[in-house]
Amino acid sequence: MKRTVFPNRWLPYLLVLPQVAVTLVFFFWPAGQSLYLSLFKSPPFGGRDVFVGLDNFRALLTNRDYYDSVVNSFVFAFSVTALSVAGGLVVAALANQKIRGLGFYRTALLWPYGIAPAVAGIIFLFIFHPAYGIVPYVMAFVTTYEFNWLLKGWVAMVLIVVATAWTHVGYNIAFFLAGLQAIPESVMEAASVDGAGPVRKFTAIVVPLISPITFYLIVVNLVFAFFNAFGVIHAVTKGGPGNATEIMVFKLWQDGFIGLNLGSSAAQSVILMAVVILLTMLQFKIAEKKVTY
Amino acid sequence: MTPLAARRSGRALPWGSWLVHALLLLAVGVIGFPLYFAFVISTQDLAEVVQRPPRLLPSGHLVANYIEAWRKSGMGALLFNSFVVALAVAVGKITISMLSAFAVVYFHFRGRTLVFWLIFVTLMLPIPVRILPTYEVIGNLGWLNSYAGLTVPLMASATATFLFRQFYLTIPNELAEAAQLDGAGPLRFLWSFLMPLSWANVAALFVVLFIYGWNEYFWPLLITTTQDMRTVIIGLELLIPRSGTELPTWNLIMAGAMMALLPPVVVIIVMQRWFVKGLIETEK
Repeated sequence: MKRTVFPNRWLPYLLVLPQVAVTLVFFFWPAGQSLYLSLFKSPPFGGRDVFVGLDNFRALLTNRDYYDSVVNSFVFAFSVTALSVAGGLVVAALANQKIRGLGFYRTALLWPYGIAPAVAGIIFLFIFHPAYGIVPYVMAFVTTYEFNWLLKGWVAMVLIVVATAWTHVGYNIAFFLAGLQAIPESVMEAASVDGAGPVRKFTAIVVPLISPITFYLIVVNLVFAFFNAFGVIHAVTKGGPGNATEIMVFKLWQDGFIGLNLGSSAAQSVILMAVVILLTMLQFKIAEKKVTY
Repeated sequence: MTPLAARRSGRALPWGSWLVHALLLLAVGVIGFPLYFAFVISTQDLAEVVQRPPRLLPSGHLVANYIEAWRKSGMGALLFNSFVVALAVAVGKITISMLSAFAVVYFHFRGRTLVFWLIFVTLMLPIPVRILPTYEVIGNLGWLNSYAGLTVPLMASATATFLFRQFYLTIPNELAEAAQLDGAGPLRFLWSFLMPLSWANVAALFVVLFIYGWNEYFWPLLITTTQDMRTVIIGLELLIPRSGTELPTWNLIMAGAMMALLPPVVVIIVMQRWFVKGLIETEK
């Protein structure tokens, strides 16, 4: 379709100027600098940067700590995604029945999205508190295992995974509900006529029909967990105990701003850039295929 | 509903819907419990906080705790900064995106495709991948510990631009033609024709972006070093003792957490319809 356009030579440039200025100054220039810096090593006590080629990357890829942070990132991102996408689907499927009060339930399930993961982390920090928390208190009745996140790395991981998933499950519920409500009534009725029960209807009809949304949410949740997890880790575990909850974004910040190892930090930025480009392309591939009923 | 469906649901077992309600209320309870627990703790004194078994009912120290937490963390300034940042980020993103989407849809100009791609690629450059150099830019601009530093770098938005572009493309051509026949210039057209049509999108985006701005953690942590410029999400940390010699006052920490999370949560609940619309449309 040919669109009506306004004949004006300079106005469009003026209109895009703010966005383009912010983009160039705060996105492209720094991203370019990250690429550039990743090839240099700066002497710790000042002086000129030394070109080292791919040494920063080589050092990272053979570094045990970095390897751990990559593994932690994946464990964290996939756990958060599994928990909040699966939980979101089950709850949304329940809420999508022909019942009264859908509006109430949607609000009552959605509000945690307003809570910053860092604040959620602080709340769960107390819930998991070894001495005063309610989780270790309850666990003590079940087992003698010391459920202490300050000592046990995996407990600390569970803490931040649960806190992060808690803030994000409402988002998934909202998406699944929108998708479920778009499934035509006639399809479900046809299944009922054929004698399908609620569970059979769910697995045979609902799951395949909303699978595009499910894949889409999986990617979005992975991106969210990968890049927005800094707050909860900085506020609660500081990467510990040991480096059990040190994920890539946190290590990058620590090496750059605390350790002042600029070259390595920039190289870590570049690796993260590759990850996010991959995930974004995946997201758009899926969005293209996303079925609209 | 077709007659067939009506007959079927009429025959549905009466406990079916009760079971669904029960399960849903269970989900609401599980999701609500951490907040309830935080609230309960924020109303207790320290002796009650450490009580075994944990006391799960509110106590009478709500006012005293909130006043003490407010005083100790300088909550007034923290909340004020968060409001300024969240509002500025939301309004800034919406304005900037609306203008560039308008330019891309309603003008032909050299470099249009390039501008479009520049905006698109920002999606792949989240803060962590450009953190050190961006910090340096802010330092060179003298924007550390300033509202400009806290907000301007967050104002570019590919998703908001795409949303407005998508929306403008659905508006019939006749509207722009009619406006031109009436002698309205492009800015007049944007202001008097497009803006009134965009309110639903603006409201939806505003809620989502306000929440985003309020809850941002990484950026304000880097850009602010003085307590008076901190936002509440990072200022809250001040209530948590790290020394080990200081007794952790969990009731005050929870009171602080409640004050930090209440504004965005209230915004979501009050503007729920817009919020859901915003969430779903910005991700398309």
